Amino acid sequence: MLTVDALTKTYKTGDKALRSVSFTVPKGQVLGLIGPSGAGKSTLIRCINRLVEPTEGRVLLGDLDITALPAGDLRRARRRIGMIFQEYALVERLTVMENVLSGRLGYVGFWRSFLRRFPGEDVENAFRLLDRVGLIDHADKRADALSGGQRQRVGIARALAQDPELLLIDEPTASLDPKTSRQIMRLIVEICAEQDLPAIINIHDVVLAQQFTQRIIGLRAGEVVFDGAPELLDESVLTRIYGEEDWTAMRRAAEEDHHAERDAAERMAGMV
Amino acid sequence: MPVTQTENGPVWRLRTPRARLALWAGWFALVALTVWCWQVMTRDTIWLFVLDAPQQAADIGSRMFPPRLAYIERLLWPLWDTINMATLGTLLGVVIATPIAFLAARNTSPSLLIARPIALFIIVASRSINSLIWALLLVSILGPGLLAGIIAIALRSIGFVGKLLYEAIEETEASQIEAIQATGAGGAQLLNYGYWPQIAPAFWGISVFRWDINIRESAVLGLVGAGGLGLQLQASLNVLAWPQVTTILLVILATVVFSEWVSAKVRHAII
Repeated sequence: MLTVDALTKTYKTGDKALRSVSFTVPKGQVLGLIGPSGAGKSTLIRCINRLVEPTEGRVLLGDLDITALPAGDLRRARRRIGMIFQEYALVERLTVMENVLSGRLGYVGFWRSFLRRFPGEDVENAFRLLDRVGLIDHADKRADALSGGQRQRVGIARALAQDPELLLIDEPTASLDPKTSRQIMRLIVEICAEQDLPAIINIHDVVLAQQFTQRIIGLRAGEVVFDGAPELLDESVLTRIYGEEDWTAMRRAAEEDHHAERDAAERMAGMV
Repeated sequence: MPVTQTENGPVWRLRTPRARLALWAGWFALVALTVWCWQVMTRDTIWLFVLDAPQQAADIGSRMFPPRLAYIERLLWPLWDTINMATLGTLLGVVIATPIAFLAARNTSPSLLIARPIALFIIVASRSINSLIWALLLVSILGPGLLAGIIAIALRSIGFVGKLLYEAIEETEASQIEAIQATGAGGAQLLNYGYWPQIAPAFWGISVFRWDINIRESAVLGLVGAGGLGLQLQASLNVLAWPQVTTILLVILATVVFSEWVSAKVRHAII
């Protein structure tokens, strides 16, 4: 369980990225974080594992206060939190297997990792994860030889290799096409359900957030302006989060996209 | 603003009238300076000497030709020395330059106020002094010989390799580093998994390129007593043995072509 308590982040420039954000994520819950660009979604996610240092407030993973940890303990806490990135953030010149095994870096010593002599069970587990995300045949390829969707799957496997208690997911679909986006979101949600993992997903696409998450938090200018079930996300709430816009038109457009996609898929299936 | 409003709508030009005038004035000043410099340069020239330059060149040329190829036999050992001097010097330079580059790069430096300026100073100091000058100093400190040459090459390489490498480190993609950090990796693991894969091609490219340059430089270091081909060159020049000079120049040329070929191959292989 994750508790975020009155988290505030003020950047050196004086910009307030987060203003006293509080919420709790119970075990197994997939939480969607939506909001306009610059609302502080990325900062919030990075404050949880302290890739960005919060100014005030606390983050509790179970009973452990992450914000109070010294550097060494922070490292041990980080390995309990898996992170999946926008644009994948794989180490491009390493192989798929090395990327997945890098999820174990917090657990093995420097020389073992330097010589790539990871413990047997880590390698077995990495194969199992690659199989789970459908990339078992690509273990030996370099990460930059894969397509976008495949790379994000490697990213997911790397996060899972940490054997995490929480997943932080930053715009997982930002550079993927609509179909691949849905596949990736489905995979994430399935894995969270299998392992009863809580996850926080930063996401731009409101329709996708509603389709795949169990709860949505809307962030505007660093403040929580909505926290509730995806069904409750109506026009007035979206206006509160994003400002004035014709939301029904956007929804219709998204539905059309969806239909068009399905049509195209059927047409192509017919052609084969 | 390059956009001006006229009756017929906005007009866009690359530069404002003032910028155009400044640019024109700048070019004019450059041409004027060139003319003036030419006059200063040629004021002390004795044109009689320049006029017979072709004859002088032809005279030296005729004395240098044909090269004394039998002399090559006595050049093989100095050549081996020269190559070793360049290679060991490059190795030493790279070994010292790599940690300095990490100290100098903005994103990896442990302290921007202390470590970074010191590292940058070392890099600038090394770069500002030519290997020949380093060798001159070291020959008087260590005495003549290969060791002085090796250290001179290394000292000059630190700056070159350090500068290019720290620029490569600063250009690494932050997201890949962040991702490794998020797994709970320690500092050394972060270097090994986050930074190294991103800078490895630059590292090998820079090192081989510097080795290639060092082969050329070590060939002349002998002129100040640091051993290798340069020593033979000086000896031959001193006794006006022009056919031997030609042979030495040919050997240097062949070595440089060879090192160029090796460095091209290596760079091709890593990209």
